[in-house]
Amino acid sequence: MASATTKRSVGSVIWDYMTTVDHKKIAILYLIAGGFFFALGGIEAMLIRIQLAVPNSDFLSAGLFNEVITMHGTTMIFLAAMPLLFAFMNATVPLQIGARDVAFPFLNSLGVWLFIFGGIFLNLSWFMGGAPDAGWTSYASLSINSPGHGIDFYAVGLQIAGAGTLISGINFVTTIISMRAPGMTYMRMPLMTWTTLVASVLIVFAFPPLTVGIFLLTFDRMFGSSFFLVETGGNTIIWEHLFWIFGHPEVYILILPAFGIFSEIFATFARKRLFGYSAMVFATVLIGFFGFMVWAHHMFTVGLGPTANAIFAVATMAIAVPTGIKIFNWIFTIWGGSIEFTTPMLYALAFIPSFVMGGVTGIMQAAAPADYQYHDSYFIVAHFHYVIVGGVVFALLAGLHYYWPLMFSTMLSEKLGKITFVLFVAGFHVTFLIQHFLGLWGMPRRVFTYLDGQGYNTANLISTVGAIMMAVAVIILLINIIITVAKNEKVGRDPWGDGRTLEWSLPLPVPHYNFAQTPLIRGLDAYWIEKKENGGKMMPAESLEDFHMPNGSIIPFILSFGLFVAGFGALHFASGKDWAIDAVADLPNHPWALPVLIAGLAIVFISMGVRSWKDDLGHYVKKEEVLKDLEEQERGAK
Amino acid sequence: MKNRWMNAKWIGLLSVLMVFLSGCGKNHLSTLKPAGEVGQEQFNLMLLSIIIMILVILVVVVLFTFALTKSRRSKVGEEFEPKDIAGNHTLEVIWTSIPILLLIILAIPTIYFTFKQADTQAMETEDGELNGEEVIVNVTAHQYWWEFEYPNQEVVTSQELVVPTDTKVYFNLQGADVKHSFWVPAAGGKMDTNIDGINSFYLVFDDDKAQDSNRLFYGKCAELCGPSHALMDFKVEALPQEEYEQWLADMQAVEEPAQASTEDAAEGQEIFNNSCIGCHAVTPQGAGAQGPNLANFGDRDLIAGYLEHDKENLVDWISDPESLKPGNKMTGAYDLSEEEIDKVAEYLMELNVEEGSGDVSTLKENAEESSEEESSEEGGN
Amino acid sequence: MANMEYNVPSERWPAHPETATLEGKNKFIGFWTFLAGETALFASLFATYLALKDSVPSDDHLLAADLFHLELAFVMTMFLLTSSLTSVYAVYHMRNNNFSKMQLWLGVTVLLGLGFLALEIYEFIEYTHLGHTFRSSAFGSAFYFLIGTHGFHVCIGLVWITLLILRNAKRGLSVYTAAKVNTAALYWHFIDVVWVFIFTIVYLLGVM
Repeated sequence: MASATTKRSVGSVIWDYMTTVDHKKIAILYLIAGGFFFALGGIEAMLIRIQLAVPNSDFLSAGLFNEVITMHGTTMIFLAAMPLLFAFMNATVPLQIGARDVAFPFLNSLGVWLFIFGGIFLNLSWFMGGAPDAGWTSYASLSINSPGHGIDFYAVGLQIAGAGTLISGINFVTTIISMRAPGMTYMRMPLMTWTTLVASVLIVFAFPPLTVGIFLLTFDRMFGSSFFLVETGGNTIIWEHLFWIFGHPEVYILILPAFGIFSEIFATFARKRLFGYSAMVFATVLIGFFGFMVWAHHMFTVGLGPTANAIFAVATMAIAVPTGIKIFNWIFTIWGGSIEFTTPMLYALAFIPSFVMGGVTGIMQAAAPADYQYHDSYFIVAHFHYVIVGGVVFALLAGLHYYWPLMFSTMLSEKLGKITFVLFVAGFHVTFLIQHFLGLWGMPRRVFTYLDGQGYNTANLISTVGAIMMAVAVIILLINIIITVAKNEKVGRDPWGDGRTLEWSLPLPVPHYNFAQTPLIRGLDAYWIEKKENGGKMMPAESLEDFHMPNGSIIPFILSFGLFVAGFGALHFASGKDWAIDAVADLPNHPWALPVLIAGLAIVFISMGVRSWKDDLGHYVKKEEVLKDLEEQERGAK
Repeated sequence: MKNRWMNAKWIGLLSVLMVFLSGCGKNHLSTLKPAGEVGQEQFNLMLLSIIIMILVILVVVVLFTFALTKSRRSKVGEEFEPKDIAGNHTLEVIWTSIPILLLIILAIPTIYFTFKQADTQAMETEDGELNGEEVIVNVTAHQYWWEFEYPNQEVVTSQELVVPTDTKVYFNLQGADVKHSFWVPAAGGKMDTNIDGINSFYLVFDDDKAQDSNRLFYGKCAELCGPSHALMDFKVEALPQEEYEQWLADMQAVEEPAQASTEDAAEGQEIFNNSCIGCHAVTPQGAGAQGPNLANFGDRDLIAGYLEHDKENLVDWISDPESLKPGNKMTGAYDLSEEEIDKVAEYLMELNVEEGSGDVSTLKENAEESSEEESSEEGGN
Repeated sequence: MANMEYNVPSERWPAHPETATLEGKNKFIGFWTFLAGETALFASLFATYLALKDSVPSDDHLLAADLFHLELAFVMTMFLLTSSLTSVYAVYHMRNNNFSKMQLWLGVTVLLGLGFLALEIYEFIEYTHLGHTFRSSAFGSAFYFLIGTHGFHVCIGLVWITLLILRNAKRGLSVYTAAKVNTAALYWHFIDVVWVFIFTIVYLLGVM
């Protein structure tokens, strides 16, 4: 196998990835694309911090600054954090539950390509008349007023990428419900699988409101409706509600899989079963449930009235309880364990105090009257970076090191990894701790500059220094990755030595069919049990026979491309039309807009038609092939 | 050697502490130096929540550090096999119920103050009229300036809000173009100026706190509203009751635009009347204009909301507003030569409202008159 | 999983052919999950509609009470409800391995759906003549977006079922096609349920 891959031409590898429906390759696609957008968002972050390092700076113009903050937020949330989490979900979940692939391999591929095309569409705005500039929240009155096509790129790009996310969510829900190996009951599923399940359910319920909200924005800006135009009866607060009904669960969509990754890492590197597993599962579900009842705490200053504010304040506080349960259970997982300070474990350990700090400021904001002060100030910026960087990004970095051998059969350098860790974590606290105080001193967020003499100078400079440290850390991480790829030193089964869950029972590289025989699961930490009782060999739940695997397909790529094309048609549809809103009415009229829109949609619908008309029954992996692989693994082990 | 290192460490630590402890911010714009009842209540709530949260952090950090130090593999040995523990019921109950208790302690004052601070009933009399007895300001937020109207006195000004101390000041907030948010950090939290409807709330400015900050507080726009969002500052002048009334009376007394005193200024006035008056009023009446009211421009502390108040800055501003406040609506609305701009600036700097020109006693009469007028209109209908 | 035999002989035809294979089962669970998302979508649309109902810029715009005719909406409801019933017949015959009757009832379902769609288009044209358009007011925008999204779902459903009838005509019934028919029927029921809510919230509450 390995020798065969090295001989393949670049073109065939690219074609393979364009048509793949294998969850392991899709995970790599998510990782590469998400990593690229993470770097992009990071560069935008650096631009922001350079601009704000000193007062009255003119490094970026006011308009450009707004574009940069909008793209930083949008990119990091939709195009970096979520896809990177999807990378790890794809890489681990089917392996953790003992499945040969996900429930809908075709849709899995569609999801990744929709995300990639949506992300490219959004970022093309930089080169095509300016990026969106109304913040990642894109509040309606400002987004309707924003001249040019920036907001249109935001709306269409997110719509495409969001469709991909929804599809992936449905896929994971079905996979986890339907594809578990015999014996893998719900209460034996690893936490990573559990959090993926709950996060996916959240995606299914949270993304449609965003879809509707973006449609309203799209129609107002591109098709002449008046949902948000107050003079014709519209109401801009609808956007805020729809956005946050999506936006708040989105926070949990991000943080729950992060919790999952950490739960795995804690148990592995403390050599100890996760403390309070059932409580952890219960807390995960509860957080997911509460996640939908608190959206208006983002809107305390909108003027919803004291009753609404009080209800949402109390509901928000309630979320602290299950989150607290998790924190204490993690602490008691390492309590009495045997902690090995690997890079992933270091991130996991740093996560606890960092995330607790982000969590408690969240509770402080739940106190509505106090939030009137915090809201839209740098305090908020500090808070959500503590949660998202201290929670999600730490998890992504931890997961990258932890799951790297599973995905690529090599190990990232621990030494460089630890340097990255120290720099990143230190830089993170230097950057964001001080921002709490900036907010309390009266500095609003999303300001492109601040005046001298307001007492903001030193703190902002400190913050920028911290950001530089984080940037250096990421560069070292990149060097680490390049060195590891270049060296290409393969590792074998269970490279960390302490793997507990099913995915570590597999040989590396994982065969394309994952499991030669579907394993029988005998308890939580399935692999650990067999290590203790069966010499580390999983018990098969079926005899070795031919089995069925899905075929690759180029249709997901073409379909996503169709939406991408249609997006450009929609984008220019209103330009220069007399019914258009002021923001685009003065732009040149493009008669080709409608044909392009129709052509794009035609590609989409024809792709769908072909897919449903043609039978695609997949192929069989022959018993002989599997046997040959098994023999080879045997030899490799010796 | 060791001593010096110790010194350096202590100095480092101290300087870090200094940043945090000295840092309660400036009197005129920090939420940590509350200037009145509303800000104080919110500050107290912050303190309460911070205390609870520090407690939580301490518990977590102590447990965490303890678990970490006692369970290192280098300490417990490579061969040590930890005992798998499924969980502990008692512990789960403890760390579920204690947070609930803590949250209840926080929730009660939260609910109380949420309702208290939303109480703006006093703005209206029982029959739904505007209450003439209360201090009421209608705030309209524009890209990127603020209009302040005193409906009871029918006075309009912009960019510099004047309020009396030691009394509740009620605000009606609305956005004219996009959503903004009205924030005077020292006085209390913010509230959004929606374009769909009017929000109301109140703030209080204590007289002694006002004196501590030279009677001037900073206000800011807290909601992203376009390129110059960062520059959409305003000032709040908190005056004792009598001075406030005198200011209102002075403003009311201006019925005609101020006459220019020098020749240049007179020419400037003419140019102004030809090119600028369409957007800018120079008498303190007429809410809802395109641009800021300039009736007391000469008395103000800032130009364009954030620049020092001198003629040079004013000329710069009129010559190229785009460079100072990107995205503003004034750019390109007029075509004036350098000379003309200089004269207009000359004129504008002269726009003072004479102190003591108004008669405070007419304030009350006017208020009564206007409410009578309104009620007679009602009757007429 | 191991054995993929789609063309099950009639004596071994399962009681629930649609979930007899792993793909069928996945499709079933996945489609229910999708419908959960659709529910959230329509909930958002209903909320938007209720927020903007009768929200017009001036008095010369018609409001819900002036526009809606319960008679027409009732006839449309009957068309759609009946079509839901006929799709149940189709699924019933699918489970009994009766291919031609399944095709027949699917065909009837499509015809009834077309009838509904024709009435909806007629209704839209009427309103447009009365000045109630997508661009006339926020009320108009919200109305057409809600009803239009439902109508779009009906269109998709019709194309889908028609394609199924055509492709099945060549291939006959198998557990592979059974899963497809069942999914389409589920979708059609969902559209029907949404319409019941539209009838109540938009039309009944509208004329009251």
